[in-house]
Amino acid sequence: MNVKNQEHQQDKSPHELNRANSSRRSRVRKHLTPLLLTFFMMFALWIILSGKFDVFHLSLGVISSAIVAFFSADLLFGNQGIKVINLPASWIRFIRYVPWLLYQIFTANLYVLYLTFHPRMMELIDPRIIKFRSRLKGDLSRVTFANSITLTPGTITVYVTLDGVFSVHAIDKKSREGLPGEMEKRIARAFGEE
Amino acid sequence: MEQQIFLYCSLFLSFLMLLSLYRGIFGPTVLDRLIGANAIGSKTVVLLILIGLIYERVDMFVDIALAYAMLNFIAVLAASRYFQKRKGLYDE
Amino acid sequence: MIIVVTILLIFGLIFFAGGAVGILRFPDFYTRLHPAGKLDTLGSLLMLIGLALFNLHHLSLANLLTSLKIILIVVFIFLASPTAIHGIVDAGVRAGLAPWKKGEKRR
Repeated sequence: MNVKNQEHQQDKSPHELNRANSSRRSRVRKHLTPLLLTFFMMFALWIILSGKFDVFHLSLGVISSAIVAFFSADLLFGNQGIKVINLPASWIRFIRYVPWLLYQIFTANLYVLYLTFHPRMMELIDPRIIKFRSRLKGDLSRVTFANSITLTPGTITVYVTLDGVFSVHAIDKKSREGLPGEMEKRIARAFGEE
Repeated sequence: MEQQIFLYCSLFLSFLMLLSLYRGIFGPTVLDRLIGANAIGSKTVVLLILIGLIYERVDMFVDIALAYAMLNFIAVLAASRYFQKRKGLYDE
Repeated sequence: MIIVVTILLIFGLIFFAGGAVGILRFPDFYTRLHPAGKLDTLGSLLMLIGLALFNLHHLSLANLLTSLKIILIVVFIFLASPTAIHGIVDAGVRAGLAPWKKGEKRR
């Protein structure tokens, strides 16, 4: 959409009617793309959940996912505008982040398991709430970062302010030193913020 | 063979739910009881699918498990939103 | 097949047991959330993936859909569990519960 607007500014056509028409069409497309994406995701979910493939159930699914898409399309994607061409690449980048996260979750869980069954656990742990500033900008990347912190080594996100200050409850010294560390770098790469 | 394995897994899970129920009953604050309830809920999802495999009706029980997971999530969020306005949780 | 499923189930049960014991043993509210949030999530991931694998041993469309639903439950738990834990922590911080320091008695 941005590309289209730039082209439009460059050619400076004298037909103002044409320009108004085209800008309205681009606005419509800006609203239409999240709508269609939400619709197809809801419809795939409907097919998985219902498991019936006759015409009656499929048409019910089309109607109800159209209603849901109409009411909540701007919830899922926000209003910063999305580019359809970039979507598969960003999903592939995000899927490449998941195995590393699973490995981290596994090692972190082994550590918490070791702490849980240690007989002198009360002397090992030293919980404290720390604060640090993150350089992630987008909402989605911050949510992913907060949830990943909660799932990995001995740390729980307590609060995130609007300008990106994370409060984290860490269970001991070793997990306190590991923040923000490599995970922030990987999330920045997964969401294309580098 | 498989039925035996699933049966013993379900029995062990129920025993773990009893352990979590201790925190749910005797927890010093309201939020500790909430943690106990959350732990019991996340074990119940697995237990429901195990029951479905034992009775060989997984296609029915998996829907119940999905609905129970959503219900557990919403219940925990609503209860924590409600109790955060109370001051002095340690006094009860 | 059944051996892989049993190994996954036993590992999941070990993590679940760690979660239950951790909720009982840790000294205060904030530290109890660590086993409740992490160990239960990984335990349900392992057990549910094992059950989804077992469900696929007679391959048919209905079984495939059921396994897909179980994977959907796993994805939902991975999104919902950290959010629920974050909600409980937030309630504790706003109510003014002090975190446990080293050397204090357990609460």
